[in-house]
Amino acid sequence: MAQLKESPSQTAGPYVHIGCTPGHAGLGGSDLGASMKTGPVQGQEIAVCGTITDGADDPLTDALVEIWQADANGVYPGTTGADPNFTGWGRKPTDEVTGEFRFDTVKPGLVPYPDGRLQAPHVTVWIVARGINLGLHTRLYFADEQEANGTDPILSSIADESRRATLLALPDGPDRYRFDIRLQGADETVFFDM
Amino acid sequence: MTDTPHESYPRRDRDWHPPALSLPYKSSRLRSPNSRPLHFLTTLSEETGPVFGHDVLNPLDHDLIQNFAKPGEAAIGPRIIVHGKVQDEFARPVAGALIEIWQANAAGRYRHKREGYIAPLDPNFGGCGRVITDDRGAYEFQTVQPGPYPWPNGPNDWRPAHIHFSLFGSSFAQRLITQMYFEGDPLIWRCPIVGAIPSGEAVERLIAPLDMERTIPMDARAYRFDITLRGREQTLFENRSEGL
Repeated sequence: MAQLKESPSQTAGPYVHIGCTPGHAGLGGSDLGASMKTGPVQGQEIAVCGTITDGADDPLTDALVEIWQADANGVYPGTTGADPNFTGWGRKPTDEVTGEFRFDTVKPGLVPYPDGRLQAPHVTVWIVARGINLGLHTRLYFADEQEANGTDPILSSIADESRRATLLALPDGPDRYRFDIRLQGADETVFFDM
Repeated sequence: MTDTPHESYPRRDRDWHPPALSLPYKSSRLRSPNSRPLHFLTTLSEETGPVFGHDVLNPLDHDLIQNFAKPGEAAIGPRIIVHGKVQDEFARPVAGALIEIWQANAAGRYRHKREGYIAPLDPNFGGCGRVITDDRGAYEFQTVQPGPYPWPNGPNDWRPAHIHFSLFGSSFAQRLITQMYFEGDPLIWRCPIVGAIPSGEAVERLIAPLDMERTIPMDARAYRFDITLRGREQTLFENRSEGL
């Protein structure tokens, strides 16, 4: 049993970019997570774009998005055998006018699940912003990985099948995917507690 | 059916954290998911995370009094030290954790283009810094005490003086953003953002006490802010599919 309680979360507020992307906020310097590649990378290089919309269908123009994923071979950076030129971690502000975010990354490989099965290629996504009291975790899967998605232990266990589609990034031209996140409403994105 | 021993993160206590929707905090109304988040046991994807080395730090990143000041000048305001330790739920120190902070200046104003408060900017203050915890999980910043400020929520809402903290432990499951408040600030208990936290006991965890032991005589007061992240423990992973 845990002995201590986790520190309670508080919203990142409207000025999260000062602390997490100071370069973007005009304070100078380069931002951590701005690039996920430190050299030539293995596998398919892709761009993932999207917006985060609120309950009034307005895009969040003050959010911060972070992603974490395995490399093209399904190995997490920092572990043995990982692509040395791929960091696996990206951090981007949403555009202050359009709300659009963009990550230039690679398509991840299959990743082991604790019971020995495999998880479909996926990206862990974490969102913070004004009005979000505890960072929101979700997962991005790829709509063109139908076979792997069909046996993914997390995706296939979402009881309401219609909601699974909210986790699928859709092909949007060559090597491009679109992943729009909806915080509220009929097509609300599935968020996870893990 | 067999069970596999697995080190995972015990489930987050969501009744301890502020709920997604807290009506008095207006911004949460349109930004809170209506559905409860779906639970699953952590996998490799949540049990790993980026590792930050000291190469990501600049020499003055821990010193907000100096890191945006012109040579020979300094940020204006009450000089303070903010220090503490980062540990996990099992009281183990979290070494190598990246802490990023941001805050308003001593007058209560942020250096941000969308900031509208009439209080003055301080040309020698940027308002952000970062450190990495040492082997004992300890960290320390120098800064000026931020001022409270009004914000557009209710007709007359004021934020208590606070410093935002972003924390990276050793895995994505530990990712946390929170705020530190100052002992004795009467605005803490009037703030709708603080008030979203369900219990007073949890709020107290975010209130840093004055730490006279670490105060530097004739220079700076010290505040102590300890942070607890989620911790891993051995569990038996049930090999069956479970509906979310």
